[in-house]
Amino acid sequence: MKKKLNKTFINNAITYAMVIIAFVVLYSMQQAGMLSRTIKGQLIPVCVWIVMAVSLNLTVGISGELSLGHAGFMCVGAFVGAVFAAVLKPNMENETLRLIIAMLTGGVAAGITGVLVGVPVLRLRGDYLAIVTLAFGEIIRNVLNCLYISMNEGVLHFGFSNPSLPGKLIVNGPQGVQGISRIATFPMGFALIIVTLIVVLNMTNSRAGRAIMALRDNRIAAESVGISATKYKLMAFVTSAALAGMAGALYAMNYSTVTGAKFKFDTSILVLVFVVLGGIGSIRGSIIAATVLTILPELLREFSDYRMLIYAVVLIVVMLATNSPAFKQFLSVVKEKIVGLFAKKNREGDAANE
Amino acid sequence: MGLIRVSFLSNLINGISLGSVYAIIALGYTMVYGIAKMLNFAHGDVIMIGAYISFCVTHYMGMPAWVSVLASMLVCTLLGMTIERLAYKPLRSAPSLAVLITAIGMSYFLQNVAQLIWGANPKSFNSIVEMEPLRLFGGQLIITDEAIVTVLACIIIMVCLTLFTEKTKMGKAMRAVSEDKGAAQLMGINVNMTISVTFAIGSALAAIAGVLLCSTYPALMPTTGSMPGIKAFTAAVFGGIGSIPGAMLGGILLGVIEIFGKSYISTELGDAIVFAILIILLLVKPTGLLGKKINEKV
Repeated sequence: MKKKLNKTFINNAITYAMVIIAFVVLYSMQQAGMLSRTIKGQLIPVCVWIVMAVSLNLTVGISGELSLGHAGFMCVGAFVGAVFAAVLKPNMENETLRLIIAMLTGGVAAGITGVLVGVPVLRLRGDYLAIVTLAFGEIIRNVLNCLYISMNEGVLHFGFSNPSLPGKLIVNGPQGVQGISRIATFPMGFALIIVTLIVVLNMTNSRAGRAIMALRDNRIAAESVGISATKYKLMAFVTSAALAGMAGALYAMNYSTVTGAKFKFDTSILVLVFVVLGGIGSIRGSIIAATVLTILPELLREFSDYRMLIYAVVLIVVMLATNSPAFKQFLSVVKEKIVGLFAKKNREGDAANE
Repeated sequence: MGLIRVSFLSNLINGISLGSVYAIIALGYTMVYGIAKMLNFAHGDVIMIGAYISFCVTHYMGMPAWVSVLASMLVCTLLGMTIERLAYKPLRSAPSLAVLITAIGMSYFLQNVAQLIWGANPKSFNSIVEMEPLRLFGGQLIITDEAIVTVLACIIIMVCLTLFTEKTKMGKAMRAVSEDKGAAQLMGINVNMTISVTFAIGSALAAIAGVLLCSTYPALMPTTGSMPGIKAFTAAVFGGIGSIPGAMLGGILLGVIEIFGKSYISTELGDAIVFAILIILLLVKPTGLLGKKINEKV
């Protein structure tokens, strides 16, 4: 037992160390002005997508429920965080504090949405659950598309499908949140990753985490030893939603406008691709996949037409390679053939040498 | 006839017409789900490919409309069987999460291939039916020719499919496989062939649905199929997935709800209303309107 604990400890330590070293290197390079514009522009998005991938991994990998509406929670976080930041702007000079409050409120709002969505959704299983999370993601986006919020002399006015509000519009329906002050910083993104890691890693290695994984592996057996399915599944789902909300708030603060169209079904799939390619259930894998897949397309701009095509092919091939017995056999046959070919060549080479 | 009642009737007809398209797509979903127990996410994109094929045949080759429908059915049938053979068959025994993610990958693959071939800009699809619209109540109520053809096609497909599954040997094999794959195999049914045929039929139906959908809503893009696909899946779940009459009922109800929601509640919220109703229904009746009750075995 003690050895096992040590192993998880070492594993987690590697994950933390990886993130911290990457941050220290990149931050000092940024301060020294050694980073190109492209890379600099990607620092905060990378943080956002890492948090999104790790939090989705909590639902998909640890809890075993395929959620296709993760972008919906990000959307809630982005909108709520941006509105709070805009409201606090006249009264609060400190940008870091404002960013922290925006992320916290975004996270809380997404967490509450997570409870509202999770209570009905988690009663369903498998494919039904996937389709309903998808439906919820679309509903959230649809509703936010009709939302108008304006501020007039420190008072917020809300309108639904009704843009004629007094004062200056903060949220303008399909045009999204406007006039956001871009206060997101790379160190805050790093802090959010660390918070996410602490929450997710501690949760998976706790009593609750073991209960969640037991429910994933065999729901009936887990319930029969007294684990409450609703409680623990909801715990994982809401934590994941809240983290996505915080990431969403950080994402919004990195741009001057954020629209609901940014959080379409495609975004949920993108995050799912990070999780699947990094390895379902592997937190470190999610971090690496999210980083590589966010930066790589920026570096390969000329191939941008083929980007999603390559994603699609990779997704299919990875799934086939990890799950299909025939494909595994095929790979081993190919491997043997290649090895055999080399062996033959070597032999021929040897013969020629002689 | 009052003006309100005429607009109500015309909304109802539009709803039934849209619902018929959903129903045809949902049939493909429900048959595949019933037999392979998988959610074929790429089905919506087969619709899009079907519509593009029909567009190319009429637009570039100048063939008559019925040839284009046949061509797109043929291409989609082959496409559906190829997808099944390459991507889904190796995963027959894999966990459902893996199959679902593969299907999502396939959906993205088809969308991006279409984008590379035909570009991202919408093409304007010419309607395949050219008849006079039906005018009732002295021209107050206009039923478009597309609506008539769509509803007729839906009824014909429904009747044929019911006869096929009830009367033919292959149909019986399909029902047997959907009930118990192992037992069906022991009885000498070629399970792989049956699943292939199911995909073929579903994809041929998707081609018809694509042509009908784009005749009514003419903007054809690589993402044209994804929303109707998701909604048709919703319809299949609504009616009880695996049940053919359920898909029909679910599709038509969903179409009517969507059109009524859009015209009487809010245009922007039309999709949200559809999804909200799905969620409420699933909470009350987790297997859909006509779905079989599943007892959980330990």
